[in-house]
Amino acid sequence: MASIDSTARSAQTDDGQRNIIARLWYDKETRSIILQIITLALLVAFIAYITTNAIANLKLLGKTFSFDFLNDPAHYDINQTLVEYSSTSTHFRAMVVGILNTLLVAFCGVILATILGFIFGVLRLSPNWLVSRIVYCFIEFTRNVPVLLQILLVHGIVVHLLPQPRVAQESANIANSIFFTNRGVFAPMPIPEAGFNIVIGAFLAAIVFAVVFAKWAKAKQDATGQHLPVFWICTGAIIGAPLLLYLMLGMPLAWDMPALKGFNFRGGFVIRPEFLALWLALAFYTSAFIAEIVRAGILAVSKGQWEAASALGLPRGRTLNLVIIPQALRVIVPPLTSQYLNLTKNSSLAIAIGYMDVVATIGGISLMQTGKEMETMIIVILFYLCVSLTISAFMNWYNRRIKLVER
Amino acid sequence: MADTTATQRYEPGKHPELPPPRLASGPIYWVRENLLSSWYNVFLTFIGVWFLWTIVPPLLNWGLFDAVFEAADRAGCQALGDGACWAFISERYKLFIYGFYPEEERWRVILAFVLLFVALGPLLFDKFPSRGKAMLFSLAYPFIAAWLLLGGFGLTPVGTDQFGGTLLNIIVGVTGIAFSLPIGILLALGRASDMPAVRVICVAFIEFIRGVPLITLLFVASTMLSYFLPPGTSFDLLLRVLIMVTLFSSGYMAEVIRGGLQAIPRGQYEAADSMGLKYWQSMRLIVLPQALKISIPGIVNTFIGLFKDTTLVIIIGLLDILGMGRASLADSKWAGLSNEVYISIAVFFFLFCFAMSRYSLYLESKLETGHRT
Repeated sequence: MASIDSTARSAQTDDGQRNIIARLWYDKETRSIILQIITLALLVAFIAYITTNAIANLKLLGKTFSFDFLNDPAHYDINQTLVEYSSTSTHFRAMVVGILNTLLVAFCGVILATILGFIFGVLRLSPNWLVSRIVYCFIEFTRNVPVLLQILLVHGIVVHLLPQPRVAQESANIANSIFFTNRGVFAPMPIPEAGFNIVIGAFLAAIVFAVVFAKWAKAKQDATGQHLPVFWICTGAIIGAPLLLYLMLGMPLAWDMPALKGFNFRGGFVIRPEFLALWLALAFYTSAFIAEIVRAGILAVSKGQWEAASALGLPRGRTLNLVIIPQALRVIVPPLTSQYLNLTKNSSLAIAIGYMDVVATIGGISLMQTGKEMETMIIVILFYLCVSLTISAFMNWYNRRIKLVER
Repeated sequence: MADTTATQRYEPGKHPELPPPRLASGPIYWVRENLLSSWYNVFLTFIGVWFLWTIVPPLLNWGLFDAVFEAADRAGCQALGDGACWAFISERYKLFIYGFYPEEERWRVILAFVLLFVALGPLLFDKFPSRGKAMLFSLAYPFIAAWLLLGGFGLTPVGTDQFGGTLLNIIVGVTGIAFSLPIGILLALGRASDMPAVRVICVAFIEFIRGVPLITLLFVASTMLSYFLPPGTSFDLLLRVLIMVTLFSSGYMAEVIRGGLQAIPRGQYEAADSMGLKYWQSMRLIVLPQALKISIPGIVNTFIGLFKDTTLVIIIGLLDILGMGRASLADSKWAGLSNEVYISIAVFFFLFCFAMSRYSLYLESKLETGHRT
């Protein structure tokens, strides 16, 4: 290219009138630099333009750009909090409560969605025609209806179909301790007494033992080929040891039972209807997408792998566990990440049913009260960006780890 | 068995009748293979039948047999049956479709909707008669539709605050779809560009859009956007929402198209270069036709996602079909009918989105060239 350019150029030097800008333009490298400078200049000009506008507008409205409002009292109540909060707390505290609520529903949602998604994905591939069809109908319906609508629908069902607390006292309960009401699900809250710390200690010790034992068993299997029942021994240690200690110490755990007082239950552990609706709707919605991802991942493993496993005499369950799923995970993990991100972002729809997440607290009521549109929106946006980057960093790390295992 | 038949000799025609072969077709065989092939399968079938038995009859009773289709109010519904009260929906369905669009001007909405399909025809199906000329109409359609809906030039003007219901969903969805594709292509090309400055800007924009929920962007559109404009200017809320929705989906579109661009073998780019094609020529003639073809399923999925996301406009106070549904729930005459309203809206979205996903499957099978790359 360059040589053709230079010959063409030398032929035209006779004219002597060649425009220097045109000459720069026809050189690939210079042109790329010019274009980049123009792009950057446009970007800087755009940013300068909107900043001056913003400054002028703020001045016109008599507002300042500062985050001091975070230290002012918030003056509003939040019905579900993970940390201590009252209406005299600051906006900053309200923001923390909102962030924790978002993370809570996202975390619970991701776990439930993953479990359901894997179950649905495997059932969708089941040789059983009836089950596969039922799951297909569920997946198609869930995927093709807006998640906001599903949240509202589930919320409507929870609020309208579950009974009043008074009625739940009689009918909608499990063993007179867990009550399903339209004010939420009430369950006994465990209160640790003296000696319960020993049980927790035993539980942690059992986990450490399980990890060490699993490693040792793996090393032994690699060295000698001898297979130990790792799963049963570990489960037995993790569940059995603390349970045994708990019984031996005389059950050092009191239960705060929910009791009907007036129109509602008091005491115990409460799952609010807003949380319940948001959690279930998000989990079911996302599980439909995860099911399709899992199905595609399993189908992506070539048929020869199934046949090779069955030639080795592995039954279907172990074929899935040892041969198919490890290879399918490679295909499944990247789209799974974006589903987790979607679930987290969709949890911002909480505002439609009054679950107090970060958008509803700092980006909703705090915004209305203080009139600090810009500051609050910046906080909300930064929060979601941080969460997104963290989840994708974690999943990239996990993806690399399982990639090393194969090939 | 084998050696007895081998040693036994029969005269021709004297062979005793063999048992009939094991059933290999017909409904009984099908049931045995697909539903009852192992104890585990029998168990699954049992669970499935039990599930259908508990879910389907009550749903049918509620939605069909015990439902009330004509009544004056909720109390009238309850007097006639204890199932769903569809009378509410049949009274309100026009509001759900048109929002507050003036009654006597609604023919314009219908016309715009019908013309939408005329405009979509040549874009969606390559066997459309005289496709080239029809494409011109498709290009002109946005302006025709805007004129029909907004009025002016001989038609009565209608403000965008009167738009609502499905009309609003379709406007937001179709605009987002139409504009996010070209912007997404540009962003994807920018992300794959050799120029670091362009690439960094595109990556930052795409990652920002994909990292933030749509409703925060809609909040920005409704509360904050006016800060960034010269003092005293403000423009239509619907237009601001359209811009945000377009930007949002173009971020996702860019990632889908990037996947397609990455799937094109390096040799295609090099071949285009060696033919002496300029950048835009090689993109337009060689790379993009192949990349877009690969990414069609992803593009359609983004469209489906976008169409579902149009419901989020209710969060900032626009009354789309869901907003209309919720608003009409407040009517004391019809209190407590949220399930009926939400289910009808769900059916509406399901029909649209399911049709789109079927279309994507049709395209996939049509474009499948028989060899996987």
